[in-house]
Amino acid sequence: MTRYLARRLLGAIPLVLGVATILFFIVNLAPGDPALVYARPGMDAATMEQIRANFGLDRPIHVRYGRWLASLARGDLGYSFARNRPVTELIAEILPNTLILAGVAFGIAFLVGIVLGVIQAVRQYSALDSILSVLALFFYSMPSFWLALMMILVFSLFARNVWEWPIWFPASGMTSIDYEFLGGWERLADRARHLFLPAMSLALVLSAGIARYMRASMLEVIRQDYIRTARAKGLPARSVVFKHALRNALIPVATLLGLYLPFLFSGTVFIETVFSWPGMGKLVVDAINQRDYPVVLGGSLIFATMVVVGNLLADILYAVIDPRVRYD
Amino acid sequence: MTETRRGRLLAGVLPGVPQLLEGRWGAGLFALVAWALGLWTLLVRWERVSGLPYESPGEWVALAALVAAILGPWLWSVRGGRLRAAERGDGQWALTLRAFGRNRLALAGMVAIGLFYMVAVLTPFLAPYDPVHQGDLASQRFLGPSAAHPLGTDQFARDVLSRLLYGARVSLSIGFIAVGISVTLGTLIGAVAGYLGGRTDSVIMRFVDMVIAFPRLVLLITVIALFEPSIFLIVAVLGLTQWPYVSRIVRGEVLSLREREFVQAARALGYSRRRVILRHIVPNAMAPVIVAATLGIGNTIVLEAGLSFLGLGIQPPDPSWGSMVENGRDVLLRAWWISTFPGLAIVLTVLSFNLVGDGLRDALDPRQAGRR
Repeated sequence: MTRYLARRLLGAIPLVLGVATILFFIVNLAPGDPALVYARPGMDAATMEQIRANFGLDRPIHVRYGRWLASLARGDLGYSFARNRPVTELIAEILPNTLILAGVAFGIAFLVGIVLGVIQAVRQYSALDSILSVLALFFYSMPSFWLALMMILVFSLFARNVWEWPIWFPASGMTSIDYEFLGGWERLADRARHLFLPAMSLALVLSAGIARYMRASMLEVIRQDYIRTARAKGLPARSVVFKHALRNALIPVATLLGLYLPFLFSGTVFIETVFSWPGMGKLVVDAINQRDYPVVLGGSLIFATMVVVGNLLADILYAVIDPRVRYD
Repeated sequence: MTETRRGRLLAGVLPGVPQLLEGRWGAGLFALVAWALGLWTLLVRWERVSGLPYESPGEWVALAALVAAILGPWLWSVRGGRLRAAERGDGQWALTLRAFGRNRLALAGMVAIGLFYMVAVLTPFLAPYDPVHQGDLASQRFLGPSAAHPLGTDQFARDVLSRLLYGARVSLSIGFIAVGISVTLGTLIGAVAGYLGGRTDSVIMRFVDMVIAFPRLVLLITVIALFEPSIFLIVAVLGLTQWPYVSRIVRGEVLSLREREFVQAARALGYSRRRVILRHIVPNAMAPVIVAATLGIGNTIVLEAGLSFLGLGIQPPDPSWGSMVENGRDVLLRAWWISTFPGLAIVLTVLSFNLVGDGLRDALDPRQAGRR
């Protein structure tokens, strides 16, 4: 087990390094001169050359790559043009916001997905199963940014302005304007209210996929002999489903944890943009619009690293919960 | 005899109906609806059909499609409407086709996709207005759905339905082309990696792992943001970032195919590696690829819409579903229809592709045989 862990950890390092390399070359081989950001009218060619030299842009690409890797190893991701701050500092400040959103959404998605999948599998071929299947496929086919807009339309705009429901949810930001003046519990409630729509938009699309997977996995398990034995010896249906079947059906779902991470982060890019959630996705999208390449590069790198680390954790989790996995 | 003659007579008036009565409602429904749509276009939109300048290739394609939509189903139905491969034989594809034909949801998805593509091709005749023409801003913008503008108008007084129809051409063709690129590349690379094994395999597969570890959207927006967004760049990038997923599937298949007798026989006959891979391995590894490709088209359409939504895809004023959703974003309360309908179009299209993909998977999976 220890050896397996060590090998997986060692395997993840070249993966991150490779991703960083690809990113570096995409950014550096792209047309356009980053030094032009500092160009001013009336600047002569010699000054431009000096600016390039100051940033090391006059060196050949392999030298730049080496220096970039060295600074990366020190945790230095460069300096944001648009915000005039080190990228590392910026990301450290903003990353928790994304992790909250993504974590809550992931939690809801797996909870809803697993429950729906189990219900469908237990009632296979019933009307409920068909309805839930089509519904799951419907949400599965939905672009998350459109679902987010529709959620805003119904639960924020229409609920508040047209139908005048007693409960509506805010459509943007993490906190209300008067957040500073609220008491402890009210602050928590305010944050939860702001989190609700973005997390639900993200979770619903993911949970549809999880429900489809869970249904198949549960059906596979329910057909097995030991389930029939459990039923035959007269155990109540509830205990067969939850104690015997569910535990084993959950094992393959654990692999989804890793598989869905890229989708989750892709989702946060849209959801954060739609809901003005100050997270990594919005940071990267804003940086692209401002041509702030160090932030684009750093942000993408962090996203990729999170996916690699997440996959690693999912694999380890899988090895821990399924003793049949061999570690060699 | 009388039975067939009556069938032919009926087919002459309403193509597809005899097939529907036979219980083959997938093919029958498609023939009927395609024919009806073609005829409706010809009769109701006659002024457009005869009045177009026929200068761009799109207009000629539309005309050809119109003729095909009216004559094709009719001829097919009158001549008995058989899909030969499905009737006879017990080869893999015949079995698959028959299994697929029993899955009503998948057939519905297939019919829907066929219709979406027909509508997209016939758009020059169907769209009531010019998609980029701006009407009178004072009186024509933010009009709700009505008889004149079935899906309303946007903030530039453009007709949402017309934009939706023209946007369909972009979304539907991008999905197809990008997946075509990725499937071709992915199949070849995966087959080579799996068949050759050894160092080639591990180098290719490490690279594949790397690309898959990347959140694809982030890679896409990085690349597109650095270069100028254009339709060619988007198609290329969407196609070139998806092949690793296909490669992984193909490689898995090839690893087991490699040891099978027919491949060993081919090798023993002294065929070149190239011939063994292309003629013996690849055709037998195609089943899961077709499923992945079908689901991939849906995925790609969503991704393209997402990129356009972020302003990195199709550039205004050209319509695309993603940028239309983005257009309505700031005026949701005032004009909900601008964002809602293009999004619904995406969902329905992707849903259809997913239904077909699921159906194909069930039909192609031998373990599923006999269930349902």
